[in-house]
Amino acid sequence: MECSFSASPLSHFIHFIPQPEEIQQQIVRETFHLVLKRDDNICNFLEGGSLIGGSDYKLIYRHYATLYFVFCVDSSESELGILDLIQVFVETLDKCFENVCELDLIFHMDKVHYILQEVVMGGMVLETNMNEIVAQIEAQNRLEKSEGGLSAAPARAVSAVKNINLPEIPRNINIGDLNIKVPNLSQFV
Amino acid sequence: MVVPSLKLQDLIEEIRGAKTQAQEREVIQKECAHIRASFRDGDPLHRHRQLAKLLYVHMLGYPAHFGQMECLKLIASPRFTDKRVGYLGAMLLLDERQDAHLLITNSIKNDLSQGIQAVQGLALCTLSTMGSAEMCRDLATEVEKLLLQPSSYVRKKAVLTAVHMIRKVPELSNIFLPPCAQLLHERHHGILLGTITLITELCERSPAALKHFRKVVPQLVKILRTLVTTGYSTEHSISGVSDPFLQVRILRLLRILGRNHEESSETMNDLLAQVATNTDTSRNAGSAVLFETVLTIMDIRSAPGLRVLAVNILGRFLLNNDKNIRYVALTSLLRMVQSDHSAVQRHRPTVVECLREPDASLSRRALELSLALVNSSNVRAMTQELQSFLESCPPDLRADCASGILLAAERFAPTKRWHIDTILRVLTTAGIYVRDDAVANLTQLIGGAQELHAYSVRRLYSALAEDISQQPLVQVAAWCIGEYGDLLLEGSCEETEPLQVEEEEVLALLEKVLQSHMSQPATRGYALTALMKLSTRLRGDSNRIRQVVSIYGSCLDVELQQRAVEDNTLFQKYDHMRAAILEKMPLVERGRSQVDGEAKESKEAQLSETALVSTEPQASKLLDLLDLLDGTSGDAQPPPPLDPSPGGALVHLLNLPGAPPPPPSIPNLRVFEREGLQLHLSFVRPPGTPALLLIMVTATNTSGADVTHFICQAAVPKSFQLQLQAPSGDTLPAQGGLPVTQLLRILNPNKAPLRLKLRLTYNHFGQSVQEIFEVNNLPVETWQ
Repeated sequence: MECSFSASPLSHFIHFIPQPEEIQQQIVRETFHLVLKRDDNICNFLEGGSLIGGSDYKLIYRHYATLYFVFCVDSSESELGILDLIQVFVETLDKCFENVCELDLIFHMDKVHYILQEVVMGGMVLETNMNEIVAQIEAQNRLEKSEGGLSAAPARAVSAVKNINLPEIPRNINIGDLNIKVPNLSQFV
Repeated sequence: MVVPSLKLQDLIEEIRGAKTQAQEREVIQKECAHIRASFRDGDPLHRHRQLAKLLYVHMLGYPAHFGQMECLKLIASPRFTDKRVGYLGAMLLLDERQDAHLLITNSIKNDLSQGIQAVQGLALCTLSTMGSAEMCRDLATEVEKLLLQPSSYVRKKAVLTAVHMIRKVPELSNIFLPPCAQLLHERHHGILLGTITLITELCERSPAALKHFRKVVPQLVKILRTLVTTGYSTEHSISGVSDPFLQVRILRLLRILGRNHEESSETMNDLLAQVATNTDTSRNAGSAVLFETVLTIMDIRSAPGLRVLAVNILGRFLLNNDKNIRYVALTSLLRMVQSDHSAVQRHRPTVVECLREPDASLSRRALELSLALVNSSNVRAMTQELQSFLESCPPDLRADCASGILLAAERFAPTKRWHIDTILRVLTTAGIYVRDDAVANLTQLIGGAQELHAYSVRRLYSALAEDISQQPLVQVAAWCIGEYGDLLLEGSCEETEPLQVEEEEVLALLEKVLQSHMSQPATRGYALTALMKLSTRLRGDSNRIRQVVSIYGSCLDVELQQRAVEDNTLFQKYDHMRAAILEKMPLVERGRSQVDGEAKESKEAQLSETALVSTEPQASKLLDLLDLLDGTSGDAQPPPPLDPSPGGALVHLLNLPGAPPPPPSIPNLRVFEREGLQLHLSFVRPPGTPALLLIMVTATNTSGADVTHFICQAAVPKSFQLQLQAPSGDTLPAQGGLPVTQLLRILNPNKAPLRLKLRLTYNHFGQSVQEIFEVNNLPVETWQ
C-alpha cells in the first residue's frame, strides 16, 4: 500500500488493500499530519498511525521542496531500499515531465499514475531501471497520440478543411432547365 | 446537445480557483452533474475524458461510484486511450467488495491474449492490483501462458501478477512453481526481480516449495556474485552499486533458503563475506545492501567469524551520523537480541545514547531495545537511564516506558528496598500511565517486606504530602498509612531522614485526599478505610475520625456511603470488635490463575490444584473485612463441581479455623474402550456430605475419526438417587481432541453397595453405535 502527496491537501492515493472510502480519506489526512510534523534532520521512517494496518506497517517518506512522497510498506521491504526507490521514481518523473514541478503532478495526475504503474505493481516493486520505464511510457504516449485523442480531433478536422483548396466554383450552373444555385462556401474556408 | 465539456486541465484549474470549500463543492457538483448526464447519453467519444475528470474528483474525496460501469465500457473499447483511463478507473474505483468488479474479467481475458504489449501490460497491472480470488482463478492459465511470451515487458508483469494470484488463491502455486527455474536464467533485471519475488512468496507459503528451491541456491549465488563484481554499469546502478534492489531481494531469498539448513548456508558463506567487505557504504544504496547482508548472516547457519563481522558492522552503523542508518541498525539489533544477546549487550551504551535523541522514531526503537537489554547485572544503571528518559519522553511512549521499567524491576530487582524505590519513582513521575495492577503489586510488595514497613510509610507519606493528584500513588500511600500509621508516628527510622509527624497532620492529609476533586472514587475508598484503620492505630481519641465517617454516611457515591455506614456501625454497635477487625492484614498471596467456568471445562478431572480465591488486594474486596465476619468466604468462590483432588487445599484469606482437610482420593477407573473411544470415571466423596458421591465421566477419542451425537446415560439401583448434569458437549474431535465430560451426582443414604450401569449411544466411523454395560470393579470407597 502506498501513497504520495504534496504539501497541500491534494493527494494521490494508490492503495493495494481494499479500504472503504471514508477510511481512505482518513488515512490520507492522518498520514499528512504525521509527516508534516516531522523536522528535517530526523530519520525518514515513521511508525504508521493507528489506522494503517497496525504495527507491521511503516511510513517511509522523502521531502522534495514542497512535496512529500510517502510510501507505506510492510516488513517485507528493505527500508533503505525504499528510500532509493522514491528517488528513482522522482527522477523518472523528472525525465518524463522535463523538470517536473508540483503543478505538473497536479495537472497531469493520470500520467503520474501511469508512470507509477510502471515502477510498482500490485504493491511490489516491478522495475527500477529508469531508461526502461521512460521508454515504456513514451511508447504508450505514442500509441495514444496515434489514435488521435479527443482534443486533437477537432483541431485536425479544422485544419484539414482549411487546407482544402477549393477551386473556383461557377456561381451558376446551367444544365438545361435545371438551375442550381451554388451557395457561397468561402466563409467556411 | 452540447455544451462542450471541460478538459481535465480546465476542470482542475477551476477547482483550484475556488476560494472556499463551499465553492469547490459547487464547482464539483456541477461538473459531476454534467458527467452523469454524459454517461447517461452514452457518448463514446468523450467518455474517457469524463472518466478522467471523475477520477480526479474522486481523488479529492468526492463520491464517484457512478463511474464504475463507465470503466467497464472504456475497457471494452478497442482504443488504447480509452483502455488506459478505463483500467485506471477500475483500479481506483473497483475492488473486490463491489459486485461490478467481476464483469471486467472477460475484458481482461481478451486483452491478455491480443498481442499489443501495452494493452497486455495494462490488463496485468489491473489484475494484480484489484484482482479478487475468483478473477485470479479464472485467469490463471492466461497469465501462465504469458510467462513464456517473447516480450520481456509482458513477462516481467506476468511474474508479479502471479505473485498476487498466489496470495489470493494459494492453490495456484502449483501452476506457477515449474516456470520459476527457467525464469531464473533470464538476463533482464526486471524479470529476475519479479522471479525472485515469486520464489520468495512460494517458499514462504509452503515448506515443500522451500525444499524444492534450495536447489537454486548456487545459481542465486552466481547471479549475486556477478552483480557485485561487475564494474560500474550505468544501466542499473544507483550511486555506484549495481542494481541494489535486485541484490537486496536475492539476499532476502538466500536468507529464507539458508535458515536452519547447513548445506545451503555453507554455499553462501563466501559470497556473504565478499558482499560484506566489498560494498561501498558511503551512499544509501550500499548501506541497504550491507544491512540485508548482515541480517542474512545472522539468520542462517553462518560461520562464527562471519557473525562477529556482522555484529561489528551493526555496531559501526549505530555510531553513524545518518539517522536513517541508526534507525535501521536499532531495528536489526532488536531482531537479534534474543538469539545473540551477549553480542548485542556490547552495544548497550550506544543504544542508551539513542534514548536521548529528539527524534521520536529513534527513541522509540531505542526504548524497545533498552528494555530488552536489561538483565540482572545492569539493572540499576539501566533503570536510572530509563527513569530519566521517562521524565522527558513524549506522551505516547510513556505508558510503554513505565510498564517496561516496572517489569524489569520485578524481574531483576536486587533488593526489595530498591524495588520499592523504583516503583515509587515511576508512580511519581508517570503515575497516570501505569497499568492498573501496579497498585496491587506495590501494596503486596510492601506488605511482604516487613523490615521496610517503616521506611515505605515514611516515603509514601512525604510523597503524598507533596502531591495528591497522581491516583495510583495516592491509593498506595493511603493504604500504607492506614496499615502502618503507627510506625509513621513512632519516631525515627534509620533509612530516611527523621520526620516528625503529628497525628493531626496525618488525619488532615487523608481528609484532604477524601475531599479533593482530583480523587477518583476508588481513591476515596482507600482513604476512608485508611482513616478507619487509623482509629485503632493512633493513640489519640478518634472523635475526628468518627465525625468524618459519619459525614460520608450520606455521601452520594454508593460505595463510599456503604463503607461509611458500615464504619459508623462499627463505631457504635461493635466497638469492642473494632480493634480485632482493623488489625494489620496478613500477607496476601499473589493471585494466580483463577479457576472460572471455562478453565474447568478444559481441565475437569485433571485439575491438580485449585487456584486461590481471588487475592488481588482490590480495595473493595479485601478491605471489606466486615464481610468476612459473616463466615463463609464461599460466596467469593464459584461453586466447584469438582472438589480439589489431593494436594490442593483452599487457602482462605484469614485462614479461618475449621478449614476441611483434603478428602482421601479414590482411584480413577477406565470403564470402556472401543476403537479409540475411551471412557474414564473419577470419583469424589465431598467430606461435608457423606452420602454424596460425585462421578466425573470423561470420554476421550484417540481414533482418526470424530465421534458425534455422543450421549451417556446411567442407571443405579432403586435405593440410590441419581442426578445427571448436562454434558460439556456431544462431539469428540479425532486425534485426541477436547474430551467430553459429564457429572453424575449419586446420593446413597443407606450406604448400599454401588452398582452402576452405563448406556452410550454415538456415531463413529459412519456407524451409529449403542453400548450398554455395567461398571465392574467399583472401588469400595465409593459407597462405604
